[in-house]
Amino acid sequence: MVERRPWLTLLAHVTLAIGVLMVAFPIWVTFVASTHRPEDIMTAPIPLWPGTQLLANYSELLFSGLKNPSAGGVPLWRMMANSLVMALIIAIGKIVLSFMAAFAIVYFRFPFRMAAFWLIFMTLMLPVEVRIVPTFKVVADLGMLNSYAGLTVPLLASATATFLFRQFFLTVPDELAEAARMDGAGPLRFMKDILLPLSTTNIAALFVIMFTFGWNQYLWPLLMTTDRQYMTVVMGIQRMINVADTDPQWPMVMAAVILAMLPPVAIVVVLQKWFVKGLVETEK
Amino acid sequence: MATVALENVGKVYPGGVEAVKGVTLDIPDGSFTVLLGPSGCGKSTLLRMIAGLETITTGTCRIADRIVNDVEPADRDIAMVFQNYALYPHMSVYDNMAYGLRNRRTPKDEIDRRVKDAARILAIGDYLDRKPRALSGGQRQRVALGRAIVRDPKVFLFDEPLSNLDAKLRVATRIELRKLHERLGTTSIYVTHDQVEAMTLGDRVVVMREGTVQQVGPPLELYNKPANTFVAGFIGSPPMNFADVSFTERDGRLVAEADSIQIVVPEPMRRRIGRSTGRTATLGIRPENLRIATPDADRSNAITGVVQVVEHLGAESLVAVDAGGHLLIAKADPTVAFASNETVRLTPDPEALHFFDSTSGAAL
Ligand SMILES: Nc1ncnc2c1ncn2[C@@H]1O[C@H](COP(=O)(O)OP(=O)(O)OP(=O)(O)O)[C@@H](O)[C@H]1O
Ligand SMILES: [Mg+2]
Repeated sequence: MVERRPWLTLLAHVTLAIGVLMVAFPIWVTFVASTHRPEDIMTAPIPLWPGTQLLANYSELLFSGLKNPSAGGVPLWRMMANSLVMALIIAIGKIVLSFMAAFAIVYFRFPFRMAAFWLIFMTLMLPVEVRIVPTFKVVADLGMLNSYAGLTVPLLASATATFLFRQFFLTVPDELAEAARMDGAGPLRFMKDILLPLSTTNIAALFVIMFTFGWNQYLWPLLMTTDRQYMTVVMGIQRMINVADTDPQWPMVMAAVILAMLPPVAIVVVLQKWFVKGLVETEK
Repeated sequence: MATVALENVGKVYPGGVEAVKGVTLDIPDGSFTVLLGPSGCGKSTLLRMIAGLETITTGTCRIADRIVNDVEPADRDIAMVFQNYALYPHMSVYDNMAYGLRNRRTPKDEIDRRVKDAARILAIGDYLDRKPRALSGGQRQRVALGRAIVRDPKVFLFDEPLSNLDAKLRVATRIELRKLHERLGTTSIYVTHDQVEAMTLGDRVVVMREGTVQQVGPPLELYNKPANTFVAGFIGSPPMNFADVSFTERDGRLVAEADSIQIVVPEPMRRRIGRSTGRTATLGIRPENLRIATPDADRSNAITGVVQVVEHLGAESLVAVDAGGHLLIAKADPTVAFASNETVRLTPDPEALHFFDSTSGAAL
């Protein structure tokens, strides 16, 4: 900003504060609710300050799980671990695969190169939900139901990431590849020594997006897994709410929500510097 | 060090553009050869074929008597400096220079010695830990040179390495390149479209046009004895003046004539032209060989014209004169003032006349 007027600054801050409050208040209420007994939060007025059950609720949830039949006594740490494994495999797998696919498309001349690119590009329009029945059939026939492979493999291909990497590679000057070639670097060494380091910000940005994408998967894990061993957090929360004949244990549900939020937040916080860089600037 | 020999080399790009047409060229060991030509004449293509970055469609390319048509660039023992430097942005200056050596599994202390040597020669020792982003254009240019030098290759290839520098730095770097070549003595091939750069740097200049070689020779030979109108017009600044003339015999002398132009052809030139009455030709005369005549000068050997524009360059003035429809540029003493539309007479230096065949453009 060019001008510095006190009331403008004030206005900006007030606007920002309102925005922050609007986002933060529901989260605060969720956290508060997770620290009370069920009966306390079901009666008006709802409490706005933390209660006494913080440790009790969280430790019960994390280490023994809910007793109700649909959530089935799976401790939350187990679900978190499942979600983490799934999200990591999806994020890393997507990045590795799309990086190599984009590398092939940009730097090699092979028959039907553009056809391959357009095929990949077209799958952008086909999210998992659209192809879920055939995908399920394939995974079931391969005997991958109830396994981490089944949870992740169908989600590994990423047209978005391939496209992003391709666009980035196209901005890398041809002379860089030629200089590397003169310097005796073959294609793989060029990829490892030059392209990969240049892509770090893009990779970080993609990792944040893809990790969150993987962590938030709901429909696919729900279809894929019947064994409670493989239940993910998002599924778990849904099961906790879906109870027959009684009220859900809301404080526990809220605690699960708070815990489920933490890993993506942690990833964003840790990687945000690169994330922002990767979105706004291409380092050449 | 090595010779580079091209034999009938041609390049057709996919899509049918014939960028280089049957070029045969010998580049002697230790020479500094400049490929000169207008934009799009195929000089980069030719250089990139020598580098191995483009495939050779026809003909053979030999480096140090070895046919290298199918040899990978890295195995040709050459180094190339790119127009935009192509430094690896994420590596330090040191690593940029060391990268090629590391890929060749050169021992660590040997790499260190060579990088430090090159850094000393190029005066970039203070920036070895910096990233290219933190360097000025001139410094990046030196790093790019350093990357070529450390390899100690048989041949250096340069593709317009100075074109991203500002005019002053360009002159300074030009001189340094020349000194560097004298010091290292490595065969160098240098591409440029700037004739001043070519004249000052090269000990041999190859003038190219539309994928063919027009003339090869030392800079002064190209300047004094251009093989055709293209070379004559391309080398020298401002470019050579051309005028269509016809020859007539008068009083036992051969005279080249056109509207407002009457020039006696000197004896040695006359012998070269041979039997010529009635024949037409293209007269070429450089601005620096045209003098504004004093009123009492020899009238039989003069060009009369009307002053159109005068450009003052400080050390000299460029006077554009319309002589019977031919616009001729003459270099003049800056202290003499001219009025627009003033009629002047120009006398050419008889030793510096050029005549070219009117149809083929070849020198007579
Ligand atoms: N990859 C390519 N595919 C098709 N045609 C090409 C390709 N590269 C160059 N050409 C064509 O080949 C001709 C020569 O190109 P080249 O780059 O060698 O010119 P140049 O003499 O280096 O010009 P400049 O001074 O502008 O760099 C041009 O007509 C150009 O359009
Ligand atoms: Mg070029």
